[in-house]
Amino acid sequence: METRAHPNRLGIWGWIGGGRWGYERYLYALHRVTGLGLLTYFMLHIFVTSARVFGPESWTRAMSAVSGPFFKVGEYLVFAAFAFHAVNGIRLGMIELGFAVGRPIEPVYPYATSVGRQRPLAIVAMLVAGALAVWGGYNFFFLD
Amino acid sequence: MRDRTLWTWHILAGVVILVFLGLHMTIMHLNGTFPTFNNPFGGEAESWQNVAARMKSFFFAVTYVVMLGAALYHGLYGLRNILLELNPGHGLRRTINVALSVLGLALFAFGAWVAVSAPGVASRMGG
Repeated sequence: METRAHPNRLGIWGWIGGGRWGYERYLYALHRVTGLGLLTYFMLHIFVTSARVFGPESWTRAMSAVSGPFFKVGEYLVFAAFAFHAVNGIRLGMIELGFAVGRPIEPVYPYATSVGRQRPLAIVAMLVAGALAVWGGYNFFFLD
Repeated sequence: MRDRTLWTWHILAGVVILVFLGLHMTIMHLNGTFPTFNNPFGGEAESWQNVAARMKSFFFAVTYVVMLGAALYHGLYGLRNILLELNPGHGLRRTINVALSVLGLALFAFGAWVAVSAPGVASRMGG
Protein backbone atom coordinates (compact mmCIF):
# COMPACT_ATOMS: atom_id res chain seq x y z
CA MET A 1 0.00 0.00 0.00
CA GLU A 2 1.67 3.22 -1.15
CA THR A 3 0.96 6.43 0.74
CA ARG A 4 2.15 9.93 -0.04
CA ALA A 5 4.56 11.50 2.40
CA HIS A 6 3.45 14.73 4.05
CA PRO A 7 5.85 17.02 5.91
CA ASN A 8 5.30 16.95 9.66
CA ARG A 9 4.97 20.71 10.08
CA LEU A 10 3.72 20.49 13.65
CA GLY A 11 6.72 18.48 14.86
CA ILE A 12 6.34 16.53 18.11
CA TRP A 13 3.25 18.61 19.01
CA GLY A 14 1.51 17.15 15.99
CA TRP A 15 1.87 13.73 17.55
CA ILE A 16 1.22 14.54 21.20
CA GLY A 17 -0.97 17.67 21.15
CA GLY A 18 -4.73 17.30 21.24
CA GLY A 19 -5.45 20.73 19.82
CA ARG A 20 -8.99 21.04 18.53
CA TRP A 21 -9.32 17.23 18.50
CA GLY A 22 -9.73 17.40 22.25
CA TYR A 23 -9.69 14.89 25.07
CA GLU A 24 -9.71 11.68 22.99
CA ARG A 25 -6.61 12.79 21.12
CA TYR A 26 -4.66 12.76 24.40
CA LEU A 27 -6.00 9.27 25.09
CA TYR A 28 -4.67 8.28 21.64
CA ALA A 29 -1.20 9.68 22.46
CA LEU A 30 -1.22 8.07 25.92
CA HIS A 31 -2.34 4.74 24.41
CA ARG A 32 0.76 4.80 22.19
CA VAL A 33 3.13 5.90 24.95
CA THR A 34 1.85 3.22 27.35
CA GLY A 35 1.91 0.62 24.56
CA LEU A 36 5.56 1.34 23.75
CA GLY A 37 6.43 1.34 27.45
CA LEU A 38 4.68 -1.99 28.03
CA LEU A 39 6.39 -3.53 24.99
CA THR A 40 9.84 -2.43 26.22
CA TYR A 41 9.13 -3.74 29.72
CA PHE A 42 7.72 -7.02 28.38
CA MET A 43 10.80 -7.78 26.26
CA LEU A 44 13.07 -7.22 29.30
CA HIS A 45 10.63 -9.20 31.50
CA ILE A 46 11.03 -12.26 29.24
CA PHE A 47 14.76 -12.32 30.01
CA VAL A 48 14.54 -11.49 33.72
CA THR A 49 11.90 -14.15 34.44
CA SER A 50 13.77 -16.75 32.39
CA ALA A 51 16.02 -17.08 35.48
CA ARG A 52 13.46 -19.54 36.87
CA VAL A 53 14.66 -22.34 34.59
CA PHE A 54 18.12 -22.19 36.21
CA GLY A 55 16.77 -22.96 39.67
CA PRO A 56 15.93 -21.22 42.95
CA GLU A 57 19.32 -19.51 43.45
CA SER A 58 19.24 -17.98 40.00
CA TRP A 59 15.63 -16.88 40.51
CA THR A 60 16.36 -15.29 43.89
CA ARG A 61 19.41 -13.49 42.44
CA ALA A 62 17.33 -12.14 39.54
CA MET A 63 14.56 -10.96 41.88
CA SER A 64 17.12 -9.29 44.16
CA ALA A 65 18.55 -7.44 41.17
CA VAL A 66 15.15 -5.90 40.41
CA SER A 67 14.07 -5.08 43.97
CA GLY A 68 14.13 -1.80 45.90
CA PRO A 69 12.07 1.40 45.76
CA PHE A 70 13.13 2.35 42.21
CA PHE A 71 11.92 -0.94 40.74
CA LYS A 72 8.80 -0.95 42.93
CA VAL A 73 7.73 2.42 41.55
CA GLY A 74 8.68 1.25 38.05
CA GLU A 75 6.58 -1.90 38.42
CA TYR A 76 3.67 0.18 39.65
CA LEU A 77 3.96 2.41 36.58
CA VAL A 78 3.81 -0.75 34.44
CA PHE A 79 0.65 -1.81 36.31
CA ALA A 80 -0.94 1.64 35.85
CA ALA A 81 0.05 1.65 32.15
CA PHE A 82 -1.57 -1.77 31.76
CA ALA A 83 -4.75 -0.56 33.48
CA PHE A 84 -4.99 2.44 31.17
CA HIS A 85 -4.01 0.58 27.97
CA ALA A 86 -6.42 -2.30 28.68
CA VAL A 87 -9.46 -0.17 29.51
CA ASN A 88 -8.80 2.32 26.71
CA GLY A 89 -8.27 -0.66 24.37
CA ILE A 90 -11.72 -1.99 25.30
CA ARG A 91 -13.16 1.46 24.50
CA LEU A 92 -11.39 1.52 21.13
CA GLY A 93 -12.57 -2.01 20.32
CA MET A 94 -16.16 -1.13 21.20
CA ILE A 95 -16.05 1.98 18.99
CA GLU A 96 -14.50 -0.01 16.14
CA LEU A 97 -17.41 -2.45 16.37
CA GLY A 98 -19.88 0.45 16.28
CA PHE A 99 -20.89 0.55 19.95
CA ALA A 100 -21.42 3.86 21.76
CA VAL A 101 -21.12 6.05 18.65
CA GLY A 102 -24.83 6.17 17.78
CA ARG A 103 -26.58 5.45 14.50
CA PRO A 104 -25.74 7.37 11.33
CA ILE A 105 -27.97 10.47 11.13
CA GLU A 106 -28.62 13.36 8.77
CA PRO A 107 -26.01 16.11 9.19
CA VAL A 108 -28.34 18.75 10.61
CA TYR A 109 -26.90 21.77 12.45
CA PRO A 110 -25.86 21.75 15.31
CA TYR A 111 -23.94 18.66 14.18
CA ALA A 112 -23.74 15.64 16.51
CA THR A 113 -20.44 13.84 16.06
CA SER A 114 -19.52 10.27 16.91
CA VAL A 115 -16.68 11.67 19.05
CA GLY A 116 -19.25 13.52 21.14
CA ARG A 117 -21.54 10.49 21.27
CA GLN A 118 -18.83 8.22 22.65
CA ARG A 119 -17.57 10.76 25.21
CA PRO A 120 -19.53 9.30 28.16
CA LEU A 121 -17.89 5.94 27.37
CA ALA A 122 -14.46 7.63 27.33
CA ILE A 123 -15.14 9.27 30.70
CA VAL A 124 -16.38 6.01 32.26
CA ALA A 125 -13.37 4.15 30.81
CA MET A 126 -10.97 6.62 32.40
CA LEU A 127 -12.76 6.40 35.75
CA VAL A 128 -12.42 2.60 35.61
CA ALA A 129 -8.74 2.86 34.64
CA GLY A 130 -8.18 5.34 37.47
CA ALA A 131 -9.94 3.08 39.98
CA LEU A 132 -7.77 0.11 38.88
CA ALA A 133 -4.63 2.25 39.20
CA VAL A 134 -5.63 3.32 42.74
CA TRP A 135 -6.47 -0.28 43.72
CA GLY A 136 -3.11 -1.42 42.35
CA GLY A 137 -1.31 1.40 44.16
CA TYR A 138 -2.92 0.40 47.44
CA ASN A 139 -1.73 -3.20 46.91
CA PHE A 140 1.77 -2.16 45.82
CA PHE A 141 2.51 0.36 48.52
CA PHE A 142 0.32 -0.57 51.50
CA LEU A 143 -0.53 -4.30 51.38
CA ASP A 144 2.61 -5.75 49.75
CA MET B 1 -0.78 -10.83 4.11
CA ARG B 2 -3.45 -8.16 3.95
CA ASP B 3 -3.30 -5.46 6.60
CA ARG B 4 -6.95 -6.05 7.46
CA THR B 5 -6.17 -9.64 8.49
CA LEU B 6 -3.15 -8.53 10.52
CA TRP B 7 -5.29 -5.85 12.20
CA THR B 8 -7.97 -8.43 13.10
CA TRP B 9 -5.27 -10.60 14.70
CA HIS B 10 -4.02 -7.53 16.56
CA ILE B 11 -7.49 -7.00 18.09
CA LEU B 12 -7.93 -10.71 18.91
CA ALA B 13 -4.45 -10.80 20.50
CA GLY B 14 -5.54 -7.80 22.60
CA VAL B 15 -8.51 -9.78 23.92
CA VAL B 16 -6.26 -12.74 24.79
CA ILE B 17 -3.83 -10.40 26.58
CA LEU B 18 -6.68 -8.74 28.45
CA VAL B 19 -7.73 -12.10 29.91
CA PHE B 20 -4.33 -13.66 30.64
CA LEU B 21 -2.39 -10.52 31.57
CA GLY B 22 -5.33 -9.53 33.76
CA LEU B 23 -4.96 -12.90 35.49
CA HIS B 24 -1.17 -12.47 35.70
CA MET B 25 -1.49 -8.97 37.19
CA THR B 26 -4.06 -10.20 39.71
CA ILE B 27 -1.78 -13.05 40.84
CA MET B 28 1.45 -11.05 40.91
CA HIS B 29 0.39 -7.56 41.93
CA LEU B 30 -3.00 -7.75 43.62
CA ASN B 31 -1.83 -10.49 45.98
CA GLY B 32 -2.52 -8.13 48.88
CA THR B 33 -6.22 -8.34 48.01
CA PHE B 34 -6.14 -12.00 46.90
CA PRO B 35 -3.33 -13.50 49.03
CA THR B 36 -3.74 -17.17 48.11
CA PHE B 37 -5.10 -16.85 44.56
CA ASN B 38 -2.61 -19.11 42.75
CA ASN B 39 -0.04 -18.31 45.43
CA PRO B 40 -0.54 -21.55 47.41
CA PHE B 41 2.16 -20.72 49.97
CA GLY B 42 0.88 -17.18 50.56
CA GLY B 43 3.24 -14.25 51.11
CA GLU B 44 5.26 -12.91 48.19
CA ALA B 45 3.89 -13.94 44.79
CA GLU B 46 7.45 -14.05 43.43
CA SER B 47 8.85 -16.29 46.20
CA TRP B 48 10.46 -19.43 44.75
CA GLN B 49 7.86 -21.73 46.39
CA ASN B 50 4.95 -19.93 44.76
CA VAL B 51 6.79 -19.60 41.45
CA ALA B 52 7.71 -23.31 41.44
CA ALA B 53 4.10 -24.28 42.24
CA ARG B 54 2.89 -22.31 39.20
CA MET B 55 5.75 -23.65 37.05
CA LYS B 56 4.53 -27.23 37.66
CA SER B 57 1.02 -26.35 36.51
CA PHE B 58 0.04 -27.40 32.98
CA PHE B 59 -2.47 -24.52 32.88
CA PHE B 60 0.24 -21.94 33.56
CA ALA B 61 2.69 -23.50 31.07
CA VAL B 62 0.08 -23.30 28.30
CA THR B 63 -1.22 -19.84 29.18
CA TYR B 64 2.32 -18.40 29.44
CA VAL B 65 3.04 -19.55 25.88
CA VAL B 66 -0.30 -18.23 24.58
CA MET B 67 0.19 -14.90 26.36
CA LEU B 68 3.79 -14.66 25.15
CA GLY B 69 2.74 -15.09 21.52
CA ALA B 70 -0.24 -12.76 21.81
CA ALA B 71 1.69 -10.02 23.62
CA LEU B 72 4.65 -10.14 21.24
CA TYR B 73 2.37 -10.02 18.20
CA HIS B 74 0.17 -7.25 19.63
CA GLY B 75 3.12 -5.13 20.75
CA LEU B 76 5.33 -5.55 17.71
CA TYR B 77 2.44 -5.06 15.27
CA GLY B 78 1.53 -1.87 17.16
CA LEU B 79 5.14 -0.70 16.90
CA ARG B 80 5.11 -1.52 13.17
CA ASN B 81 2.00 0.61 12.67
CA ILE B 82 3.64 3.57 14.42
CA LEU B 83 6.81 3.19 12.31
CA LEU B 84 4.89 2.81 9.03
CA GLU B 85 3.00 6.04 9.76
CA LEU B 86 6.32 7.80 9.20
CA ASN B 87 5.98 6.78 5.52
CA PRO B 88 9.25 4.87 5.12
CA GLY B 89 10.37 3.96 1.61
CA HIS B 90 9.78 0.48 0.17
CA GLY B 91 13.19 -0.87 1.25
CA LEU B 92 12.96 0.48 4.78
CA ARG B 93 9.39 -0.77 5.11
CA ARG B 94 10.57 -4.25 4.14
CA THR B 95 13.44 -4.01 6.62
CA ILE B 96 11.02 -3.02 9.42
CA ASN B 97 8.74 -5.97 8.58
CA VAL B 98 11.61 -8.47 8.54
CA ALA B 99 13.37 -7.06 11.63
CA LEU B 100 10.21 -7.04 13.77
CA SER B 101 9.22 -10.53 12.59
CA VAL B 102 12.67 -11.95 13.38
CA LEU B 103 12.72 -10.21 16.78
CA GLY B 104 9.24 -11.52 17.62
CA LEU B 105 10.00 -15.08 16.56
CA ALA B 106 13.33 -15.13 18.44
CA LEU B 107 11.74 -13.83 21.66
CA PHE B 108 8.85 -16.26 21.27
CA ALA B 109 11.21 -19.22 20.78
CA PHE B 110 13.23 -18.26 23.87
CA GLY B 111 10.19 -17.54 26.07
CA ALA B 112 8.39 -20.70 24.94
CA TRP B 113 11.50 -22.79 25.70
CA VAL B 114 11.53 -21.32 29.22
CA ALA B 115 7.81 -22.02 29.75
CA VAL B 116 8.05 -25.59 28.43
CA SER B 117 11.21 -26.37 30.45
CA ALA B 118 9.81 -24.86 33.66
CA PRO B 119 7.69 -27.83 34.89
CA GLY B 120 10.68 -30.21 34.71
CA VAL B 121 12.94 -27.73 36.51
CA ALA B 122 10.37 -27.16 39.25
CA SER B 123 9.94 -30.92 39.78
CA ARG B 124 13.71 -31.53 39.93
CA MET B 125 14.58 -28.58 42.13
CA GLY B 126 11.55 -28.67 44.38
CA GLY B 127 9.35 -25.91 45.61
